[in-house]
Formats: sequence, C-alpha cells, structure tokens
Amino acid sequence: MFGIDDPQVWSAYLVCILSTLFCVVYGIVNWNKGDEEVHKEDQAWVAGEKSVEEKL
Amino acid sequence: MENLLFFTIAVVIYLGVTGYLGYYGYKKTKNALDYLVAGRDVHPVVMAVSYGATFISTSAIIGFGGVAAMLGMGLLWLTALNIIIGIIIAFILFGKRTRKMGHNLEAHTFPELLGKRYQSSFIQSFSGLIIFIFMPLYAAAVLIGAARFLESTFPGVLNFNVALVVYSLIICAYVFAGGIKGVMYTDALQGAIMFIGMVVLLVLTYINLGGIVPAHRALSAMAAQVPEKLAAQGHLGWTSMPAFGSPLWWTLVSTIVMGVGIGVLAQPQLAVRFLTVKSDKEINRGVMAGAVFILVMTGAAYLVGALSNVYFFNNPQFKQIALAAAGGNVDKVIPLYINSAMPRWFVTLFMLTLLSAAMSTSSSQFHTMGTSIGRDFIEKIFFKGKGQRYTVLLTKIGILVGVIATVILGAKLPTSIIAIATAIFFGLCASTFLPAYAGALFWKGMTRSGAIASMCAGFTATALWFLFVHKKEAEAFGLCQALFHKPTLASMPWPLVDPVLIALPFSCVVAVVVSLCTKKIPGEHLDKCFKYFKA
Repeated sequence: MFGIDDPQVWSAYLVCILSTLFCVVYGIVNWNKGDEEVHKEDQAWVAGEKSVEEKL
Repeated sequence: MENLLFFTIAVVIYLGVTGYLGYYGYKKTKNALDYLVAGRDVHPVVMAVSYGATFISTSAIIGFGGVAAMLGMGLLWLTALNIIIGIIIAFILFGKRTRKMGHNLEAHTFPELLGKRYQSSFIQSFSGLIIFIFMPLYAAAVLIGAARFLESTFPGVLNFNVALVVYSLIICAYVFAGGIKGVMYTDALQGAIMFIGMVVLLVLTYINLGGIVPAHRALSAMAAQVPEKLAAQGHLGWTSMPAFGSPLWWTLVSTIVMGVGIGVLAQPQLAVRFLTVKSDKEINRGVMAGAVFILVMTGAAYLVGALSNVYFFNNPQFKQIALAAAGGNVDKVIPLYINSAMPRWFVTLFMLTLLSAAMSTSSSQFHTMGTSIGRDFIEKIFFKGKGQRYTVLLTKIGILVGVIATVILGAKLPTSIIAIATAIFFGLCASTFLPAYAGALFWKGMTRSGAIASMCAGFTATALWFLFVHKKEAEAFGLCQALFHKPTLASMPWPLVDPVLIALPFSCVVAVVVSLCTKKIPGEHLDKCFKYFKA
C-alpha cells in the first residue's frame, strides 16, 4: 500500500490518516456541543491570570 | 551576504507583524470578564493551531525529521501517537477536565494544579523544581534545531555557536517584549506559517521525486544502501521497521515513539493551554484543526526526512545516503536537504517556519521555567505561599536563568542530540507526572501520599535507569563505570529499553498501591475539585 511493502510501516501511514479523519468527524459531530455558562470560578481564574500576565 | 540581508529584512517584518498581533490581542482584552467573553469570539482553529504551534517545534521538524532520515518511515508511528494521544486523548479526556479543575482550584501552572488538587506544597514545589532543572534540555533541543538551519543556510558567515546566540537573542527579544505566554493570535500566525511551510515542503518533495508511490518505491529500492553499521543494529531499509528486538527497534519504539508519544500528555507547557479555553465546545472544535495540524507538521517532517535519502543518493553532487551527506550529524540532514533541494524563495519561507516553530514553543518553555522556579518553588518553599509581591521578580529572574542555561546547554550538547534530548524530557515528565496528573483528573481515591510516592518513584526510577542501565546515557555519565567498573548493570535487551517503559508502569503501580493504603482526601475538597464535572 502507498508503494510501501512493510505492513508495519504502511499501517502507520494509514493509522495517521484514519485518526485524523476520526478527529475531523468528531469535530463536525460535536461542533455545537459543550457550550457552558461562565461560572464565578472561571471569572476568578481569569482575573488572577490577567493580573499575573500584566505584572510580567 | 545578500541572502543574510534578505533574511534579516524578512525576520524584522515578521517580528513587526508578530508584535502588532500581540498588541492587538492585548488591547482587545481590557478586563477579566471582557477577556472571558471576548474569548468566545476566538475561532477554534486559532485555539487548536495555537496549541499545535506550542506542541510542534524545531525539535520535531529538524531533530525528528533527521531521525527519520536515519531510521526511516517507521517514525510515522510517532505521528499516529501524536494524534491519538496528543490530540484525541489530550483534548477530549484530559483537556476538558484540566480546564474545569484548574478554574475550580484557581491554578495557573501545572505544578499548582497538582499541588492544589492534592493539598500539598511539596508536590507543587517538587514539580516546579523538576521542570526548572530539566526543561532547559528540551529548550536547548529547540534552539539547536533553529541554529543548525541558520548554520547550513549561511555557511562561512554564521557558525553554529554564533547562530545559536543569534537565534537566542531573537527569541529573548520576543519573550521579554511581551510574548512571554504566547498570545493566541501570535501563536496562530506562527502556526499558520509553519503549516504552509511544511505543506509546501512535502508537496515539493513528492513532486521532485515523481509522486507519492514512485517516491516510496524509490526509497524501498535503496534498502541495499543501508550502511553495514546500521544494518548490524537491525536497519532493514527506510520503508521497513527495524528488525524486532534489535537495538534500532528499541530506540525507535521505546525512546522515540513511546517516550515522546506518551510524554506529551504530561507536558506542563501544554497542559496549561487548556486553562485558557472557555468551554468544552472550543475543545470539541479544536480537535479537528489540531489533528490536521499535527498530521501535516510531523507527518511532513518524517516523510521528507526519510525521502531525503532518495534525493541525496540520486544527486550527482552527493551520491550517498542522507546521513552520510550530512557528515553523520542527524540534526543537519533537514537543513542540508532544504538548502540543496529547495528553491531559494522556499529557504526564506522555511527559515520563518522554523523561527515560528522555535518562538511559539520557546516562549511557552521559558514562561514555564520562570513560573516553576518563581511561583511554584521559591514562593512555596521560602515564603510558604505568602510572598506574592516577589513572585513576578522571581519569575523574571527564573526566565533569565533558564534562557542562559538553555543557551549554554545548546552550545555544549553533542551532535545528533535534538530528538534524544526531547525524548529524555518527555519520558521524564511522563514517568514523574502522568500518574499523579491522571489520578488528579480521573480518580477521587488517589491520595496525597499516593501522588507524592508515584512522583518520587517515577523520577527516581528514571534517574537510576539512565545512570546505571540505559547504555547510551550510563556511558555518558560514567557513574556506573566508576562505581561498578562496567558501562551498564543489566544485560541485553535492558540497556536498550527506554526508562519510560520501566519507570512509568512502576510509578503507576506505586500510585495505586500507596493510595489504597493511605488517608483519603476530604470529601469537601474533592467536591470543590470536581465541581461542574459531568458524571
């Protein structure tokens, strides 16, 4: 396959492509899932992060 | 000299655009809540490419590309693991929980996340110290990759050490001018340049060699050209895996593929990236762009590295395999290939590609080094967490010391070191941090003692294995020879087995056994850690 004789190598080539395809499908299927409200913990975290970054 | 002038102008323009984007990103986020809401406008591709740009560095392109030139296409297994573990598992399983727990505990660094989760100052300071001491090894690998390319591009004008200093100064200027944590927009620009550069490199390589299948067949036909020394170590050709159980097989599978492939999960500078994400939705969307980015970046580097053998062997100027053409230095193969086989316009584009790859990774590395020693170690150990007014100063000093240590290491490390140095750091992080990190996110029964014991066990096992068993490092350190009058204590195949395959299972077992026997973490603290988690 792909001009490569060793199945241990062409299977790696194939796994790379298939795992990427899985990620593409996962991204499309879950495109609008996982939206969350902003909690007070999120706001506190961002305030702390911003403060450190500004000082640096 | 004309090329050097052109390169300088290109770099100045590039830095100008990078600086503008950094300023734009900063101005756009005036206050904390604004930042949070504005963040919802950040396109998931920007988030994923920004993560990918921090993940992929000159180490992957120059170092591991060079290793592919020596060992062949078997390195594609590392690309597969980079996608499966570095994207699918890291984003979907670890990323979502890291973000929620980091916010719940108000943790801003990787050691702080572990320390707060297990209510242990020791864990935070120990993690900070390990990162500060060993990350310069990985940072040096990134700098060497960039410097090797400059050295090859301007022979006679820039030698390696000068190139190392030039690149370091450019990156220092970027880091201290405010690019310390890598604003998403600048990271995304750098990621975009890297992506374009590697796509063009792969396409031109396949075109030059007559197409995908003919190029692979030409490489397969070169199996007889494998040098005797490599053949004796199990090399069966560049389109075959090394012979099972041979020295090269162990190097490829245990050190390169497993060490780096698994180690990415416990990389401090990558784990904190998830803290800046706004919701699981961004992570879901980022999976797609992240995987495509990693596929192209690492896949192109490893394929081009292996295929460069066909170019060098068929080129009358060289008439030898890639490793021989590069004078035996694995780290010089890709720079030599780009400068010999690619058009001049591409050489400049590739320089910007490498500058982007180095800057996006180095800035995160130096930031992580600084916070590890300032916030996580010194503040916790000497100020018991109450010396916040010194933290910024200590972090800046930590960054400076980290940069100096990195440049010195870069100058002192031997040749063909980029991939090995990277693999050592990744393996060390996996063995030391991964059981405690995974336990923190997924197992409420993991105790403070279990986490401490697993970290100490993983670190100690890795160090002892390097000093007394793993042949290459044991010989280099010389301690085993001095104490026991032999280069390694174990017999074959153990001196070839990477520490990650021993130390990681060991630290996992220690984590479970000690956690089952020691005092549980209070329920109310666990409730706080796991607040907003879906069942």
